[in-house]
Amino acid sequence: MTASESNPPVKLPNEPWITPAIVAEHGLSPEEYQRVLAIMGRDPTMVELGIFSAMWSEHCSYKSSKVWLKKLPTTAPWVICGPGENAGVIDIGDGQAAIFKMESHNHPSFIEPYQGAATGVGGIMRDVFTMGARPIANVNALRFGDPAHPKTRHLVEGVVAGIAGYGNCMGVPTVAGETNFHRAYNGNILVNAMTVGVVPADRIFYSAAAGLGNAVVYVGSKTGRDGIHGATMSSTEFNEDSESKRPTVQVGDPFVEKLVLEACLELMATDAIVAIQDMGAAGLTSSSFEMADKGELGVEIELDKVPMREPGMNPYELMLSESQERMLMVLKPGREEMARKVFEKWELDFAIIGRLTDTRRMVLRWHGDVVASIPIPPVVTQAPVYERPWRETPLPAPLAADAVPPPADYRTALLKMTGSPDLSSKEWIWRQYDHLIMGNTAIRPGGDAAVIRVPDGGGKALAITSDCTPRYCAAHPETGGRQAVAEAWRNLTATGALPLACTDNMNFGNPQKPEVMGQFAGCIVGMAAACAALDFPIVSGNVSLYNETEGRAILPTPVIGGVGLRPDVNGCVDIGLREAGLTLLLVGDTAGHLGQSIFLRDIHGREEGPPPPVDLAVERRAGDFVRGQIRAGRIAACHDLSDGGLLVALAEMAMSGGVGGSIAIPADTGCAAHAFLFGEDQARYLLATNAPEAVTAAARSAGVPVRPLGQSGGDTLTVEGLLTISVADLRRTHAAWMPNYMAGKA
Amino acid sequence: MKSAVVVFPGTNRENDIARALELSSGHKPAMVWHGDSNLPKVDLIVVPGGFSYGDYLRCGAMAAHSPIMREVKARAEAGTPVLAVCNGFQIVAELGLVPGTLMRNAHLKFVCADVHLRVETGQSLFTSGYRAGQVIKVPVAHAEGNYFTDDDTLKRIEDGGQIAFRYSDADGDVSRGNPNGSRAAIAGVFNETKTVLGMMPHPENAIEARFGGTDGKGLFDGLVAALG
Repeated sequence: MTASESNPPVKLPNEPWITPAIVAEHGLSPEEYQRVLAIMGRDPTMVELGIFSAMWSEHCSYKSSKVWLKKLPTTAPWVICGPGENAGVIDIGDGQAAIFKMESHNHPSFIEPYQGAATGVGGIMRDVFTMGARPIANVNALRFGDPAHPKTRHLVEGVVAGIAGYGNCMGVPTVAGETNFHRAYNGNILVNAMTVGVVPADRIFYSAAAGLGNAVVYVGSKTGRDGIHGATMSSTEFNEDSESKRPTVQVGDPFVEKLVLEACLELMATDAIVAIQDMGAAGLTSSSFEMADKGELGVEIELDKVPMREPGMNPYELMLSESQERMLMVLKPGREEMARKVFEKWELDFAIIGRLTDTRRMVLRWHGDVVASIPIPPVVTQAPVYERPWRETPLPAPLAADAVPPPADYRTALLKMTGSPDLSSKEWIWRQYDHLIMGNTAIRPGGDAAVIRVPDGGGKALAITSDCTPRYCAAHPETGGRQAVAEAWRNLTATGALPLACTDNMNFGNPQKPEVMGQFAGCIVGMAAACAALDFPIVSGNVSLYNETEGRAILPTPVIGGVGLRPDVNGCVDIGLREAGLTLLLVGDTAGHLGQSIFLRDIHGREEGPPPPVDLAVERRAGDFVRGQIRAGRIAACHDLSDGGLLVALAEMAMSGGVGGSIAIPADTGCAAHAFLFGEDQARYLLATNAPEAVTAAARSAGVPVRPLGQSGGDTLTVEGLLTISVADLRRTHAAWMPNYMAGKA
Repeated sequence: MKSAVVVFPGTNRENDIARALELSSGHKPAMVWHGDSNLPKVDLIVVPGGFSYGDYLRCGAMAAHSPIMREVKARAEAGTPVLAVCNGFQIVAELGLVPGTLMRNAHLKFVCADVHLRVETGQSLFTSGYRAGQVIKVPVAHAEGNYFTDDDTLKRIEDGGQIAFRYSDADGDVSRGNPNGSRAAIAGVFNETKTVLGMMPHPENAIEARFGGTDGKGLFDGLVAALG
């Protein structure tokens, strides 16, 4: 059956007439509504208006970011599938592929932290297993407001519990992440979740529908009224009324998702599935639209066949609900009953709700009547795309050499930094995450990157990290964008892994403000340069804009989730100093850059200056050298230098492994002692080795600067002439802040 | 040693324990779906960890009433050894196969961490690979592992040698290192005949040097030595 405008939709009982106010409530501008009218050739019904509203929301259409995202490198010989599918896919050898993506759930997590964070984790896992991969690791990047803000503690508590509640029940280890606190997130926290999965490279599933007449099948949970207009909500700023939007936050059920996961993987082992797509943002609307559009087909759906959680639901609600744990599939003819049996075994709903057509229209029926009929191609091709005006953030003037005094006392300064909200141990968080299930966690949370053995992978492993330094991005977006990519690449390298690709989660303020759009543009330009120079393409990602409250934007936060490959899991190294007598070697040049450093911020209370420059050629050379030395078996421990600089890195290595060390500042550093110890110059690593001559000789031939600083050993950390501190004291302070804070004592 | 692992909707550590069984015995266990009515004849039945039925109602409560657990109970009462870990412990405790109950952790949060266990007896099928007093390091991962039982039962199981493992510090001091508030630091208990072991920690996640150490492997090696 085909539908055309000779068969216009009926008006439902109680359906209101569309007014400018109703259009505005749907987040569509008057100009955008004119486009709707042009495409439809008539006034839309409410269902149709709701569909346009969802499809053209910032969240689904990327209308403000698209022109910039195109600048990112997305290809490499090992990239199987870049952005545009549910997640990115890379070749990891031996006939296996890794599938991964990071996605934000910022607005829902602020309104309802437990469910917001939980459903963020559930959503990103669905994106990965939709493509056929079993998730093997979860990661999360969290940004909260000032610890002193009255809401922060409650948000931390709820977000962490939500992530734990969902991931633990799914049986997927949560192995890495980052947590920062800054007042810029007081009214708009960031919850970015990433999942990595593994699949045989010839069993990847895509979303493009195919096969005229094939069944469109709905599986998973029933559809309820939760999350209606979630995509539209996440595309607007917050204000004091946002609390009233709590009903738009979805409610997750990880038990059902675990069943959906197992049922999907069981069915994927057969030949029944033509295409599959999870119902994420904008639910049934975006999933059916995207599948039909990619397959250049039409779709006709009988909405009354959709499994419903409650009576009295109408087509508008069914199309826009963001109820969780639902999938849409196209099945091969004749496989419907076999598929039904699989889902019934797992006690899940299974309903044939529609068929593919050749009309290239989306036709929705409700008890036989047509209630919507939308031509699919123009909704995609004529979607609004904006070249928003933008203003560049100028590079701040460098700080004068004597502008930052040394600390009054080095020991006190080090303890303050390592015991600060940002740098203190986050064990309080990751103890609540099952990070050991599956038995493949070789390097646990708390270091540079987690390392996870690949199931059935012949002993190979994936290194996984997430990174961003928002204060650098705020000071100079392009440098910050470069640095975020470089740090992710460095963290993977520091385990001995070869960085392969990354996913980006772009968290920014209101793109209609030129300075915010300039931050976005600058970060993209910096990221693109770094991805190209480091052979580290972006294969998937997510954009979260309008992260503002009462007109104040968050720090620009382009989080990079990186994945690297290590052929032999046994050769990986972590940051821990575990034996005495190792030589401590500093790789890379130290200029003593204190602009935007943790030292300047936490010891002197100043957020000033330019971020450290990122020379990508130097970065590449240093990283390739370090990875080679780890693979040559010469390195006992390795740590990249980032927040807090050299001394914090050394302290972290000692705390992690339990063995101290002693270093002396070389006479010819050319910078002050505190700049040498706390400067955040990039492209640097601290190595512990029992083969210093061989490493130094290799560095010389690679053109990489290396300096011996001292030796590991003992139960104290010493910088000659400046400080001695016991590792036990360091550990105590490092461990204390987070539990004390959460108990209301800090 | 032939073994079977019972799998419920929401079970999620079945593959971890299957790998441990295979590593020690050389045989893959049979994975038995809860809806299957026939449990194969085996030397060992395993009830693994996870969130059976989503842990809704109460941890282990729904699974305990499933048809397959009636069969497991009958086999256990006839003498077939049963190893029940984490959610499995909660299930067999619900069924009354082992004494006591598991409550919400004292600190109310999920805890995933390595813990030390003091082996209380080497005199059992499950602990013959260890000596009494030996301290081993294995992880826990649970939110409801706070073992409780009344005074009379506690005395009876202590007198009867039914305590398999207690939480301790690295030196075997059981007054320290309790991760969940368990009474008498109890981490694992036997039934009266020591043919059923319920334990919260995960020995199956401590079987390889590079992945958390090998202290849990002794349990599986001991079972293979005892059951062939």
